[in-house]
Amino acid sequence: MNSPVASPQSSAPTAAMMAVVKRQKLQDFLFHKVTMGFSLLVLIALLSIIASLWISAWPAFEKFGFGFIWSDEWDIVNDEFGALIAIYGTLMSSVIALVIAIPLAFGIAIFLTEMCPVWLRRPLGTAVELLAAVPSIIYGMFGLFIFAPLFADYGQPALQSTLGQMPIIGPLFGGATNGVGILAAGIVLAFMVLPFIAAVMRDVFEIVPPILRESAYGIGCTTWEVVRNVVLPYTQKGVIGGIMLGLGRALGETMAVTFVIGNSHRILPSLFAPGSSIASTLANEFAEAGDLHLSALFALGFLLFVITFFVLAAAKVMILRTEKAKGTKS
Amino acid sequence: MKNLFAKVLLGGAVAAFSLQASAADITGAGATFPYPIYAKWAEAYKKETGIGLNYQSIGSSGGLRQIRAKTVTFGASDAPVSGADLDKDSMVQFPAIIGGTVPVFNLEGFNSGEVRITGAVLADIFMGNITNWNDPKIAAINPSKTFPDQSITVVHRADGSGTTFNFTDYLAAVSQPWAEKVGKGAAVKWPADSSVGGKGNEGVAANVARIKGAIGYVEYAYAKKTSIPYMRLQNKDGVFVRPTEASFSAAAAGADWFSVPGMALSIVEQPGADTWPISTASFILMYKQPSDKAASVEVLKFFDWAFKNGKQMAIDLAYVPLPDSLTDQIRAKVWSQIQDK
Repeated sequence: MNSPVASPQSSAPTAAMMAVVKRQKLQDFLFHKVTMGFSLLVLIALLSIIASLWISAWPAFEKFGFGFIWSDEWDIVNDEFGALIAIYGTLMSSVIALVIAIPLAFGIAIFLTEMCPVWLRRPLGTAVELLAAVPSIIYGMFGLFIFAPLFADYGQPALQSTLGQMPIIGPLFGGATNGVGILAAGIVLAFMVLPFIAAVMRDVFEIVPPILRESAYGIGCTTWEVVRNVVLPYTQKGVIGGIMLGLGRALGETMAVTFVIGNSHRILPSLFAPGSSIASTLANEFAEAGDLHLSALFALGFLLFVITFFVLAAAKVMILRTEKAKGTKS
Repeated sequence: MKNLFAKVLLGGAVAAFSLQASAADITGAGATFPYPIYAKWAEAYKKETGIGLNYQSIGSSGGLRQIRAKTVTFGASDAPVSGADLDKDSMVQFPAIIGGTVPVFNLEGFNSGEVRITGAVLADIFMGNITNWNDPKIAAINPSKTFPDQSITVVHRADGSGTTFNFTDYLAAVSQPWAEKVGKGAAVKWPADSSVGGKGNEGVAANVARIKGAIGYVEYAYAKKTSIPYMRLQNKDGVFVRPTEASFSAAAAGADWFSVPGMALSIVEQPGADTWPISTASFILMYKQPSDKAASVEVLKFFDWAFKNGKQMAIDLAYVPLPDSLTDQIRAKVWSQIQDK
């Protein structure tokens, strides 16, 4: 029916059609530019934050140099500042949080993907995700008013009489049992990062191709053997990425940590001892900070930014790699 | 450029609030310690005159930054600014309200007012030299009591605060070692190993109430409101006094405000048998040649009204109003320096 002669004639562009094409072209062009503008805005905001942090922090960096990072001095009256105490508190409480949260999150994710009856899967998964929706101030209040007294009366004495008696790690559980301190902050943080890690772990465990899993079960593997030899090797990087995401959150958490870490500028060997994190120091001291003190706080903020940036970047890379692996293997 | 980020943040916050307020409102920023009474005065003043006060309780240092940046008509500070610094900025300063700080504790078997303490022993405890309640130095000033073997936990403010300034100002006044090793400030380096920081009066009170053997300090108004056990403190005349309105008034009454340039007087450890030794005034800072003279006049009108009509409100909130003799002098000697035309 379509004669070769007629077709160019019928599809010959009319003026009206050209107008439509032109308009659409313009629309596309504008749409492209506007959305690009929106995206660039994020980049500009990020760069501006880094720049303003750096500018405000400069007097402190100029005065104390690189020594700022490993000086454990924080003397506001005499204008002597160093970041070590806050960095130690930040990293230590985050590490404790991960040590507690990783096994829990792992168990939750395994149960949800491998063993959970289907009807329970959804409610349990939602509950874990809801844990992430609890505002951090609530964790802080819970930590200070409910958890800390119980921890002081029961938790800390129990730890002190068991782990505290062991060689080498004993001093970690020494000292006064106040309830608040770096360990308490770590435990509260563990529950805050748990939903993030558990959710990512569950998601990456789910991408394991059923055929691999079922083959393993088919040759008589136990659930643990399937997890250990099939699921984990397949999702290794994603799991690490999830942990890094949790670490990112733990590093920057402010309100809850401020409530329970004890806010003391000193490094003591005991995990029961009060300390302070970068975020808690910023939250506490901004209002009354003078010139150099303010600059030192900005410098702390800058360091936290750098630490968190690298942790999150590493997490992103890990997760991307897993997704790529999924693409090639399945 | 130094404080660019803070300025933008604070400036933005102040601007946002100012937009809400009507153009005639008075603007001020600074100390958190007198905020409840300023707010109370402002509420009553607005009812009477229709002019509101927009006061941002962002902390004394923040108040100084704001008045130096001229974003507010008056700044408020818990720590007096030295006369020399005032002259440099060509500002004047006057006290607006008096309050104080109270040492509080938590020790089984001891009620409010049942523990006596001296400034020197208090300094020793906060320095970490005395670490147990059964220390002979504590027993020596409480001869009729037997103290248990209970370790002491020091609780302090984690946030910078006028209360901390008042408390450390006192410790520095009564203890030479404290003055040399720690000093005074809105936040200091707490030397005791057992130190725990709480955010705000609430945070300190919560920690003291929770930790057995704890000792801390809170603003008097807060201690009165919450009935947390306080200590009786020895004053300069050697009397162990309780923190009451009368003992704070006594501290204010004896002070010779104009003996120090810029009224930058600290009223800790004042003489007098009834005097509570940890008292403080909260100060207002204004420019001598304000850029907005009309606004500046409004501020003076507000404080004039508050000095005349706000006394009972202050007492209700557990502050001490300034005596009339002092407010008359402030009007004559300080306010006269502020250009109104």
